[in-house]
Amino acid sequence: MKYMNKSIEKLHELLKSGEVTSKELIEESLKLSHEVEEKYNAFVTILDDAKEVEVTDNLLSGIPCGIKDNYSTKGVLSTGSSNTLKDYVPFFDATAYAKLKEAGAVMVNKTAMDEFGMGGTGTTCHTGTVLNPWDKTRMCAGSSSGSACAVAAGVYPYATGSDTGDSIRKPAAYCGIVGYKPTYGMISRYGLFPFASSLDHLGVLTRNVKDAAIVVDEMKGIDKNDMTTWDSSKINLKKSLTGEVKGKKLCYIKELCDINEYPNASKELKEHLENFFKAVELAKEIGMEVEEVSVDRTLLNASASVYVVISCAEATSNMSNLTGIIFGPRSKGFDNWIDMVKDYRTKGFSSLIKRRFVIGSYVLQSQNQERYFRNAQRVRRLLVDAWKDLFKKYDGVILPVGVGPAKHIDGDKDMLTNDLATVALDEHLQIGNYGGFPSITIPDGFIDGLPVALNITGNCYDDENVLNIAYALENALGFKDQIAKEGE
Amino acid sequence: MEYKVKVGLEMHCEISETNTKVFSSARNSYSVVPNENIRPVDMAFPGILPVVNKEAVRMSLMASMVLNCKQPKYMYFERKNYYYPDLPKGYQLTQNPPEDTVGMMGYVDFEVNGEEKRVRIDNIHLEEDAASLDHLYDVSTIDYNRAGVPLLELVTMPDISSADEAVAFLEHMRSVYQYLGISEADSKKGQIRCDVNISIMDESLEDIPQNWGTKVEIKNVNSFGGVRDAIIYEVKRQTKAKENGTYDTEIEQETRRWDEESGTTIRMRSKVDAIDYKYFVEPNIPRFKLSDEWLEDIRKSIPELAYDRKKRYMNDYGLSEYDSNILVKEKKISDFFEETIKLGADPKEACNWVNGMILSYLNYHLLTIDEIYITPEMLRDLIKLIDDKTISSKQAKDVFAKVLEEKKEPREIVKDEGMMQITDESSIEGIVDEVIAENPQVVESYDPANPKALDYFIGQVMKKTRGKANPTIAYNMMKEKLDNLKK
Repeated sequence: MKYMNKSIEKLHELLKSGEVTSKELIEESLKLSHEVEEKYNAFVTILDDAKEVEVTDNLLSGIPCGIKDNYSTKGVLSTGSSNTLKDYVPFFDATAYAKLKEAGAVMVNKTAMDEFGMGGTGTTCHTGTVLNPWDKTRMCAGSSSGSACAVAAGVYPYATGSDTGDSIRKPAAYCGIVGYKPTYGMISRYGLFPFASSLDHLGVLTRNVKDAAIVVDEMKGIDKNDMTTWDSSKINLKKSLTGEVKGKKLCYIKELCDINEYPNASKELKEHLENFFKAVELAKEIGMEVEEVSVDRTLLNASASVYVVISCAEATSNMSNLTGIIFGPRSKGFDNWIDMVKDYRTKGFSSLIKRRFVIGSYVLQSQNQERYFRNAQRVRRLLVDAWKDLFKKYDGVILPVGVGPAKHIDGDKDMLTNDLATVALDEHLQIGNYGGFPSITIPDGFIDGLPVALNITGNCYDDENVLNIAYALENALGFKDQIAKEGE
Repeated sequence: MEYKVKVGLEMHCEISETNTKVFSSARNSYSVVPNENIRPVDMAFPGILPVVNKEAVRMSLMASMVLNCKQPKYMYFERKNYYYPDLPKGYQLTQNPPEDTVGMMGYVDFEVNGEEKRVRIDNIHLEEDAASLDHLYDVSTIDYNRAGVPLLELVTMPDISSADEAVAFLEHMRSVYQYLGISEADSKKGQIRCDVNISIMDESLEDIPQNWGTKVEIKNVNSFGGVRDAIIYEVKRQTKAKENGTYDTEIEQETRRWDEESGTTIRMRSKVDAIDYKYFVEPNIPRFKLSDEWLEDIRKSIPELAYDRKKRYMNDYGLSEYDSNILVKEKKISDFFEETIKLGADPKEACNWVNGMILSYLNYHLLTIDEIYITPEMLRDLIKLIDDKTISSKQAKDVFAKVLEEKKEPREIVKDEGMMQITDESSIEGIVDEVIAENPQVVESYDPANPKALDYFIGQVMKKTRGKANPTIAYNMMKEKLDNLKK
């Protein structure tokens, strides 16, 4: 690896000076793609015929990248890692990808993901499980598993992701890199295969905060095809990275961070929280105020169920277009459409997704809707209000991501202390999706040679502030531009 | 025993006058070529998102106002989830009362056989149409042209009490949609479809919901005639069940469909098997506030409707109520009439032409007014040719037929056919004198007290001039000369 471990700015400089060409970068990235595919199973498609582009003043021009497989890419297989779309080649680009292309970005592969984004493990891709480049016995988390794996493995400086619960920010944490999803509606969702529309965000996985800012600056923008987008033309994320954070105020939530809340805490969890508080101390050292706040534990504990109800409900409706009638491998040999559609869906979807559809249908049924779906929406509102209350006083909420480093792929889920408190800590990133808040995960250390991370989430439209805080803290922590090293 | 009939209508009318579909940028236009007006949204390719057509919202709010409905503060849409091959997304974007719709709780007044009738409106809502299916021998085809076309569904309270009232209501509403410029409302193009809810109750009981009979819903009645027949059939069926004492077992709350061929209703499903549509708010369309200013602008832009036009024709042009009613029945006809007047034609003459020659031609040939060659300009010219005595009224009828037949301007035909009337008095006098000289016996028997006898002489004048002599001049001159001879 000669170039692909470098930052976007560095690569741009090298391209501009003529030290390296776009073609050479693409060749290196493709070679690495094949190696990483061999070792970790990170891709659905590798574009061996990717062409170099002219290097312009745009920082992304000529530089390779990965695109998550739920982005529609014109003329390039886009499966969402599902058998239901295993041969689907879109005839239009997702707006976000079209913008990257316009900037001169070169897509070299489509990254594997949990089927349609509906998983958090990287084990439900139709091409097989994505392995963690730091330790192949562990998962990358998901659903942006392939993107996280490839960026961490140094295939390219960035890959796009999508995030409905924590699908960018959790894999970034497990792979020792940066994962950022901006405010809802800053990046158009047009052309992204939907999972749960009110929670779906696009974003990016990089190895440092500045790269994340550079990429999202290109992806964002109002789109006439997505009514939920807004005009962010006055926001310049890269420019906002001054590193100046004196007087900024952060808070962490006692109920999630205090070790005493976890009577059965594992060794990993203890270390993870200790490590987190070291980062908190660092934040104070560079001039920020960090305070402990309290949020109703009942509310925090309800979050994971709210997520299941809302995301499954929207997903079951969103994926009703998958019938095999218009696209997808149409089932043959049936004399009526109902059996034809049933066969397509039965064969095409993995069992995890079917389970989610059953839940989604159940909570939307008229006799259940009030009790489940509408109540979940109310609790969602309460959680968002609780966070918005915090944002009145604080620039952001800082919290540890997950309960420790990447989990074992074969690990029995029940081995984990599966109490409500741990679940709340493992799942709190969903609140960023409930409120559409800008939210970024950055690495904050290692446990037994495996990366762990913290997250900063701020108020809607305050992306510049959130990113600048992450940028300053990243510099103080020093865990940036990390390339995964297996078994170290 | 006598029974009171209670009918509620669900009238679907496509909005045909927007440029694009309701949530898609595809053209909103009727086409016989399948799959011509489609965008990825209309076929629900992965990743598509709906974008609300503001013009469709404006038009539906206008309809809501005309129906005296309450408009919502916020606009939003709901997903109605079900699987069917004509529904690409697997859900229809619609509005679902009691959630807010474009119009809630209104009423409409209309005339039934000369009497005023009021029907309350439960709601009117904006939704998208489905694709259309064609079932062939061993294959079905899907045409997505219609998928996403804006559709207004109007739901009445069960205030209609006969087939006549139902049809009068539908005709009134069709006229409203046409006059608002929202829809052609053409059932031949499938733009109007109805569901009919029918129950009967004992006349002696008080008309309150707990005394209403069992409601039967008849789906997909696609013509006004069908609505009439379906109501008559269903009332008979239910009445017979009452009389046979089998009402409670035979008539259940169910959905039936109207079978045009057999003229009967056929059971589809019981209420027990009703589909749970799992409605929820479409998350991709942010709720948007309807500003008071916009609503006010819309209200101000409501055009003159048929009823007001009719009054104006009677008051300003002195037309009869009968004629005015015929003129305003179809907006396109009424527009044609108004255009002709605007170009300077006399209203009464224009009315006679439109209601007479033009309408009978259209009815005979099953055409609409924009499908024939004559334009308001041509009609104005034709009337003018009569007024300035260039041609006679009788000749005008021939000219009219030739305009349509030969697709030529009236003036051109008059010129080509040498139809110019002889209005020159000295020329006519010469011919009048000739006729008198050639018919001494008839002149002899002429009695000035019986002017009918003049017809023979005028006939002779016309014969000599091949119908071109101005009849009024010829008549006056002939009468004067004969009367003088007899003095």
